[in-house]
Amino acid sequence: MTVTTRPPTGSAPGPASSRPSLSDRLGARLSALPTVAALLIFVGMIIYGEAAYGRIVQFNTLSNLLVNNSHLIILAVGLTFVILTGGIDLSVGAVIAFSSVAGVMLSNAGWHPVAAVLVMVLIGSALGLVSGVLIQYFGVQPFIATLATMFLARGLASMLSTVPERLADDSAIRDLAAQLKIVDGDKVNDLVITPGVIAAIVIVVVGFTVLHRTRFGRTVYAIGGSEQSATLMGLPVTATKLGIYVISGTLAGIAAVVYTSRLGSAQNITGIGWELDAIAAVVIGGTLLTGGTGFVLGSVVGALVLGLMNVLITRDGGIRPEMTTIITGGILLVFVILQRVLAARRRGEQA
Amino acid sequence: MTDVASRIAANRGAIVRNQAFWGVIAIVLLLAINVIKDPGYLAIGYNDETGHLSGNLIDILRASAPILMIAVGMCLVVATSGIDLSVGSIMVVAGAVSMELLRGMDGTAGNAALTLAIALGIATALGAVNGILVSVVGLQPFISTLVMMLAGRGIAKVITGGQNTTADNDSFAWLANGYVVGIPVVFLLSMAIVALVWVLVRRSALGLMLEAIGMDSRASRLAGVKRRSLQLTVYSASGLLAGVAGVFATASVMTVDVSRTGYQLELDAILAVVIGGTSLAGGKFSIGGAVIGGLLIATLDKTVVFLGVPASATPAFKAIVIVVLCLLQSERVRNLFRNRRALRAQSQKEVVPA
Repeated sequence: MTVTTRPPTGSAPGPASSRPSLSDRLGARLSALPTVAALLIFVGMIIYGEAAYGRIVQFNTLSNLLVNNSHLIILAVGLTFVILTGGIDLSVGAVIAFSSVAGVMLSNAGWHPVAAVLVMVLIGSALGLVSGVLIQYFGVQPFIATLATMFLARGLASMLSTVPERLADDSAIRDLAAQLKIVDGDKVNDLVITPGVIAAIVIVVVGFTVLHRTRFGRTVYAIGGSEQSATLMGLPVTATKLGIYVISGTLAGIAAVVYTSRLGSAQNITGIGWELDAIAAVVIGGTLLTGGTGFVLGSVVGALVLGLMNVLITRDGGIRPEMTTIITGGILLVFVILQRVLAARRRGEQA
Repeated sequence: MTDVASRIAANRGAIVRNQAFWGVIAIVLLLAINVIKDPGYLAIGYNDETGHLSGNLIDILRASAPILMIAVGMCLVVATSGIDLSVGSIMVVAGAVSMELLRGMDGTAGNAALTLAIALGIATALGAVNGILVSVVGLQPFISTLVMMLAGRGIAKVITGGQNTTADNDSFAWLANGYVVGIPVVFLLSMAIVALVWVLVRRSALGLMLEAIGMDSRASRLAGVKRRSLQLTVYSASGLLAGVAGVFATASVMTVDVSRTGYQLELDAILAVVIGGTSLAGGKFSIGGAVIGGLLIATLDKTVVFLGVPASATPAFKAIVIVVLCLLQSERVRNLFRNRRALRAQSQKEVVPA
């Protein structure tokens, strides 16, 4: 997989040779190393969890892992696009808060569920577009622009409501979290998925295809490698960068739908710190924070690592839930530092 | 007097273009709105028994103290083209540490001083962690401080065990609620700290070096500026100032609210800095501007409450102001204005010879 999906690097293409040189192959290995590490960590965590607490490798734990983290997977796919270009989107958590509060209130006000869901997704797109325009047309740094959108979305959500808004029990939006049995195990040990999980899987597949098989995806990698080179090559840099922030916002809107349907309520403080989770998922999955290298599937593994970590913390019971953000932040820092060490080593090899 | 007036007239263009000037105008406008609602708004009372001044203006000054602290810290960080998203969380950690310590101590002044030292020490250490991650490890500032922003609130919850701790210590509370010559101690302290920072950075080459890092970190290194130690210092200073703000914020009620103390105050700090004319792209900063920005935010918060406007709308309004100010700072909008000004000058020139 790593060979076929290896992104174009920013360096000038060498003479056309049918076989990649040794250093090229080494480079590909190095860029995939964090993803492989994340996969190993995931497998290691499953083995450790099974050995220490038991009841990890069974249908209901694994399907709960997917059901409870489908929104995070969706966010991570969107953020992969953004981070691959060397940008960042800090607004995703706040976008979810605004979108879900607005959606629940509209639905309770008698709107057709399809219309409410559509508005929820479009709110995400619109806020993504605002970030994109600020960044692309007004030269605002991505983290400042998306920070402003984050405060804006959080503020708008607080304007709508500051108390938990409960979705009506008979609302059709709740059907999106209906559990579909695939394998009927003994007692509660069933393999179940929800429409939310299906949405996440579809988004992962589409994201993978777009990123690795289309011109748009190639442009995303090229911008991350070197924006200047991409512009000089005549690639549609402006449209692409605008596009990725709209994609990230839209996926945040979809994540809001998935999360709200599962929880059945929304509040203005929903999603505080989710931008950190999503960034951590992407970075754990092997995408460089500086852009240009990374994989969608890696981000999925990253999201699952974080989800499994939560399961293990709950099972353990000795670690307080307040520690979760500290641990997530610590893991993120370790991986970012690992990236820098690898990047420095690669620079050393090239020199 | 006429000399000053003529100098003001000569520099009118420069003053009008200075963003801090617009901050002052905004403060005056907000106060004017309050006066329309209640003509006695600006009145300052004097209590003969205690010798305290009282009134809405004094309240505004008192409320501005924590904002001034984090705004000045943010100002220095932004000058190096960094950002510190963790100020609100460092505030709550400092508050949590002081309340937890004071809860188990006698209410003596010595204990208050000890607590203050420990709380500020921990706040500085958290700032230094940011600084090390940015300067030595070389992470982007927003990532390191974002981690600290979210982990910091976690740390505060771990310290208090998830509770909102309350404590009693008159000396500690005096920091926030006391008066010296009729003026709140908290405002005098914050002004003294602001003045100290101003002297340190503007009466030495320090401020220039910070701006050099913000303009071009490579060029500044070649010019002999010690980037690493300066960045470490700036982030530590921001942590220390946030710690002071946290002490101010918790000492006034002697309670730390782990989910609300300092919540979203990084928004206020960034807004104050931007209102003061400091560019978020780095390379220049104005401490005076940040002070005006901080006073404006305190005035705005008080006005919103006074007018009975739902306070939930203020964060969105502040965010929109940040977006607008960012737009005004952007190259594209500046060019637009410059072109229009150039066009106007041109048309005037064409008229004159005719």
